[in-house]
Order: sequence, then structure tokens, then C-alpha cells
Amino acid sequence: MSRRIINHPVLEKIDESLLVNFTFNNKTYQGFEHESVAAALIANGIRTLRLHEESATPRGIYCNIGHCFECRVTVNGKQGIRACLTPVAEGLDVKSGEKLLTDVKDWRHEND
Amino acid sequence: MTRVIVIGAGPAGLSAAIKMAENGVNVLVLDEYMTAGGRLLGQLYEEPSGGWWNGIKESQSLRDQAVKLGVEIKLQTSVNNIEKIDGLWNVYTETTTYSTSHLLIATGAAESPVPIPGWTLPGVMSVGAAQILTNVHRVKPGERGVIVGVNVLSSAIAMELNLAGIDVATIALPKMNQVTKDTGNPKTVLDSLLHVSHMAPSAFVKFGSKLMKNEFMKKLGVTFFPKQGVKMWGIPIQLRKAVIEIYGETCVEGVTIATITTSGEVVKGSEEKISADFVCIAGGLYPLAELAAVAGCPFYLIEELGGYVPLHNEHMETTLDGMYVAGNITGIEGAKVAISQGVTAGLSIVHNLGISDQALHIKNALKNTQKTRDDAFIQFHPNVKEGKVKLQRHWEDHQQSINNKVTV
Repeated sequence: MSRRIINHPVLEKIDESLLVNFTFNNKTYQGFEHESVAAALIANGIRTLRLHEESATPRGIYCNIGHCFECRVTVNGKQGIRACLTPVAEGLDVKSGEKLLTDVKDWRHEND
Repeated sequence: MTRVIVIGAGPAGLSAAIKMAENGVNVLVLDEYMTAGGRLLGQLYEEPSGGWWNGIKESQSLRDQAVKLGVEIKLQTSVNNIEKIDGLWNVYTETTTYSTSHLLIATGAAESPVPIPGWTLPGVMSVGAAQILTNVHRVKPGERGVIVGVNVLSSAIAMELNLAGIDVATIALPKMNQVTKDTGNPKTVLDSLLHVSHMAPSAFVKFGSKLMKNEFMKKLGVTFFPKQGVKMWGIPIQLRKAVIEIYGETCVEGVTIATITTSGEVVKGSEEKISADFVCIAGGLYPLAELAAVAGCPFYLIEELGGYVPLHNEHMETTLDGMYVAGNITGIEGAKVAISQGVTAGLSIVHNLGISDQALHIKNALKNTQKTRDDAFIQFHPNVKEGKVKLQRHWEDHQQSINNKVTV
């Protein structure tokens, strides 16, 4: 986990004792109990949290504090969960969003 | 016994909760984040006195005081809606509906997004996101970043990234378009920067700010602003360069930057590429006020306060009975002002609940807010005081209109 800032010139050294295992797309990763799924994944070098529902372009965190919903993932089977607000926990099952099987229909008459 | 509900466990919400609990009020604080503290958590800067303002420690201290006084803080709890039913405010969360006669909305601020081609690529994030990652989670947002948007927040966070050993290649403006408007105009940006010049260890910026009080000098300042930028903490700040695109296949690989004229127009043929593995977008903060809006508060757009703010008076009362506001929802300012406003809101609620007369304490709290504002090291909006006067005038007009209605 080389992306971690363990020692900081002003802030305290981080507590590395509370390691937990969680999965992202069925692969196991380690994170710290006090951090978000988004932070733990970035620490593991993973930035793409989902593919856009229609364009399938990759998306990661944007605001990191719950406002923008760009980081929505499926957690323990529940869709639309914000990775930036969800703490990692032992055994947590996280899955990224994929492109939808059918195109999103534009219901406006003028675009028929 | 009445239980007051506070939405937002940031500096304003926590200080209000502490004040109320000190006066025997039962308080429940709701917040959607995992840790109490709000935006205060990420803050880290050296104060003129030489000590460090450490947001994590300040947050912990506020939280500990509140918990010790019996305040209940429910984290990871998003409030989806509020409405008044039979004289009580109903507060809806995913699992529970709470009700209260007195509700304080202290939801803080959100960052304005600045759309730039390529901004959906993983590795592009708001500058506040990079701050939380770096200072709170202690994870590097990347190895080498570019910050788009020159303002108080982005300069402060650039320094924080630097402190954590993360390379910031440059801070530049966004390309001017319909959305970015002022944030893409070098002259407007320079104007706002003059108010933070005391923070800059650069003689150019420091000295320049004294000279550039009038429009002509400002224009001259932008014209002579070095094309390579001035360096702040070793990071070049470019007022004459704009990021026109963020590129990369499946994540950020770099940005295309171009020279711009003093009024923000791109100089054709001046495009160059800067490699980076993350990009921070810094569009500035605005009051996060949706909950006050769904409740039916009247709003006013006050640029000096950072956006639309719910109408309220000095005592932090809104026009709606039993609804109060405090902190950045009332205008973008520092955490110390938010703490002070929280105290006022807490005292107002204690007073209005009829627990004890707080008139004198409120008066002192208001004086304290004034002083905190005057002494503020970081001022997000230089004319915040004028903004507060404007809002007060709207409040008086509103009160007048109610009185007129009654007499008719």
C-alpha cells in the first residue's frame, strides 16, 4: 500500500493496526477499519469504481463527501451506495456498476 | 422533554449542540459522514501565531465535549427530507423519522463543480476531495497533480498536498466558458487573490496587493503577471494559463494548458501538455441549503456570502417557526466563525425554549462572531460583512411585509 501517507510532518502517524479484508468485484483487498471504501480502493491503486450506465465510460470519486453520487457502487447486494461514505469492514462485498444491458430510452416525443 | 435536532456534525452543529447541552437541553445531531467534524476535518494550516490549526484535533475536541455533555451523535445518517406536520418538524432519514419543535440546519457548504472536457475521468476530483483523502484518510490522490481554479481554498489545499509529499505541477485557471465565467477570468481571480496575499510567501503577490487597489492597476497587474506564474510554496500559480482539456484513456494522464489573454481568451497555438495522474477542480464553495429550501425558507442570492442563503436574522432564526441555521449555510466563512455562529444558534434555541433568559449571552456571542470575523486569517469572500448587511435588510423588509399583512 504505497499510496498511503503513513508519516506526515504535522499530523499524527496513522494507526495501521485495524486491517480488514473486503472484496471489490470478487477480488480481496485490505483496508483500515476507519476509512471509506473509496479511500481503501484508491490506496490499493483502484480508481475506477463503476462504468457509466449508458456510455460505459469509467468513473471514480469526485467530491468524496457524499454530495455528487459519482462513486455509487453495490455494497452487500444493495445498489447506489456511496463508496465515499461507507466504511470498509471485514467481509464487505463491493461491486462496481456496469453498463446497462439495454440503452436508456429518451422518452421525449421530439427525440423519437 | 424536548429534544432538539441538529443536522450536521460540523463546527457549527457541534458547537450549537454543546451550548444547548450545557443548558440542559437534550440534543440529537445527525450527519451522513463516518466521522464528526464536517469540512473542519480536512483543515490544516499554520496560524500567524506559529501554531498549526489541525482540523482533526479540533473536530475531536468538539465531538468529545458534546458527547461528554450527553449529546447523541448519529453518524452515517442522511436526512432526505424535512416537513412540518402539526406544528412539529419531521426529519426523515432512511430508517427513522424524527420529530422536533426546534431544528437547527447546519449543513455547511458544497463545492461548485467546474465542467472541463475530460472531467469524468477517474483521477479528476474536487480539490476538497483531495484534501480529505490526503489529510483525513492519508491516501495520496496521486503522485503529481494539476489544480484547476485559483482561489483561497485551492491555494491552501495545494500547500497541504505539498506538505504530505505530493507534487503539484501547477495551479491554473479553467478555460473561460458560460459556466466558469469569473473563475476563468484572470482579472476577477486576481482581484479575489489580493485578499489572501498575506498568506503568500511570494514578494510579488504580497507587494502587488498593496499597489493594485484600483481597476487600472489591476489590469496592469494581470498584464504584467509573469507568464510562467509566480511560485507559492514552490508551486507555480498561473493566471495567464488555462486548462482547456483533461486527457487520458481510462484515467487521468495529463492536461492540455494554453496561454490566455488578460480577459481570459485562449491564445491559439499556445497549447501544451502537462503530464499528471490526478486533477483537482476548485470551483469554490457555496452554501449547502437544500433542506432549508424544501422546508420553505425564502432565499436570497448574495454573492458576498457565496450563493443563495436562507433568510435569517442575527439570532440565527429563519422565517419559519422553530427552524434555525448556523455555519456555512448562512455564508461561506472559516470554521472559527461557524463555531461562533453555532454558539449563537444554541443560545437562541435555549432562550426560545423558555429554559432561561439568554439575551445577554446572545449579545456577547454576536460580538464574538464579529471579532472572529474581523480576525479571520482566511477570508473566503472579502465583502462578507456587506453581504451580512444586505441579508439583514432583507430580513427587516420581510418582517415589515408580515406586519403590513396583519394590519390589512
